Amino acid sequence: MDLKLKVWRQASPADQGKFVDYQVHDISPDTSFLEMFDILNDELVEKGEDPVAFDHDCREGICGMCSMFINGHPHGPEKATTTCQLHMRKFKDGDTIVVEPWRAKPFPVIKDLIVDRSAFDLIIQEGGYVSATTGGVPDANAIPINKENADLAMDAAACIGCGACVAACKNASAMLFVSAKVSQFALLPQGKVEAKERVKKMVAKMDELGFGNCTNTYACEAECPKEISITNIARMNRQFIGAKLS
Amino acid sequence: MSNKSYYSSITKKIIMSLMGLFLLTFLVVHLTVNSFLLVSKDLFNEGAHFMGTNAFIQVFQWVLFAGFAIHIFYGIVLQIQNWMSRPKGYKKRAAMEQSPFSKYMIYTGLVIFIFLIMHLNNFFFVKMGWVGHMPMTPSGEEDMGALVMALFHNGYYVFIYVVLILLMGFHLDHALQSAFQTLGLNHPTYWGFIKGLSRAYAIVVALGFAIIPLFIYFFK
Repeated sequence: MDLKLKVWRQASPADQGKFVDYQVHDISPDTSFLEMFDILNDELVEKGEDPVAFDHDCREGICGMCSMFINGHPHGPEKATTTCQLHMRKFKDGDTIVVEPWRAKPFPVIKDLIVDRSAFDLIIQEGGYVSATTGGVPDANAIPINKENADLAMDAAACIGCGACVAACKNASAMLFVSAKVSQFALLPQGKVEAKERVKKMVAKMDELGFGNCTNTYACEAECPKEISITNIARMNRQFIGAKLS
Repeated sequence: MSNKSYYSSITKKIIMSLMGLFLLTFLVVHLTVNSFLLVSKDLFNEGAHFMGTNAFIQVFQWVLFAGFAIHIFYGIVLQIQNWMSRPKGYKKRAAMEQSPFSKYMIYTGLVIFIFLIMHLNNFFFVKMGWVGHMPMTPSGEEDMGALVMALFHNGYYVFIYVVLILLMGFHLDHALQSAFQTLGLNHPTYWGFIKGLSRAYAIVVALGFAIIPLFIYFFK
């Protein structure tokens, strides 16, 4: 496959940045999107140019590091797929592909396609933990948990914190991420101890960091590579109302 | 966390949604009274007379104005914050919204605001005696029906009215279900019904308001 790429290049956070056109040739349809960038970078290095900087780690769709905004979609147009699991067979020979970094005030560009997602860590620090008693390791089955809640908590915990929800949202709102993190604890008995404080603190931090307000467009759910449901946002809203009223 | 009063994004949205739901109930009442015009001008005048003289309605209309003001105020505040949260936009961004009109709420909201001003100027201000002249019935009562009929026989007015009402319908399509989501009332069992109800409300109310001037213009 021969492809034309329009890639955002930005040397540093302070740099203006611009789109640069690249041509890649003889790409196998079985190449992953990131491998295609590896091929491009090899060529750039051979030519003595600066390779395109992009985030990646596991390349198995579970770490949440990859973060490209491809042809108008975070992680590309393929549903429930991270950039690393996206393959070139999903594109056509001769396609022009636009690749941009996540765009949001709390996610400043560090270089090229890499953005600083520490804002998510700061939100987690506010309440993404549970109280645990000291002493011996408790029996894993000592606390009964109904199957439905265990499943819902597991679904929420599937969030890899990649930031696609923020990138997709027209308001750059982090509600889907925060609600998934609130829900995974709120649904389980271990998380109930700090439930009220957690939701208040995490929402306050989210607002403070400059994420936008959710307007229920549900673009986040449509674009989430882990298909986190907007019912988590409703649950967080319920939790928030409950915490504020008590 | 300190206990200082702090209006979080969710608090502002909850206020928005409660005011929005309140305005939705008002539209139903308004449409009901308007629909009397399809029967007869006299029936509409009776309805208008009741709304204009009932003590509860008289007090409640100021609550309604406050509802509009709060909904508009927070709508603008939230929108400005949302614009600020993405200083640099995308070169290419697909339509990803699952609620199709959610993307344009500030614009359809602005349309409704313009319509509201026009509407107050045409009817409420006339009734209050601030502008224009209120026609009277032979028995000496305010003839709101005649005022409406005169405007609904003006082709330009009817055209603008219908277009603005349809744009309001787009606003309403997102409204009800969005309010439920914000209030945390989203359950997989009922969500399909709520979304359907939201769309049905938008269609019934928008078409209801649009049919009345068209009917009067062409058939009365």
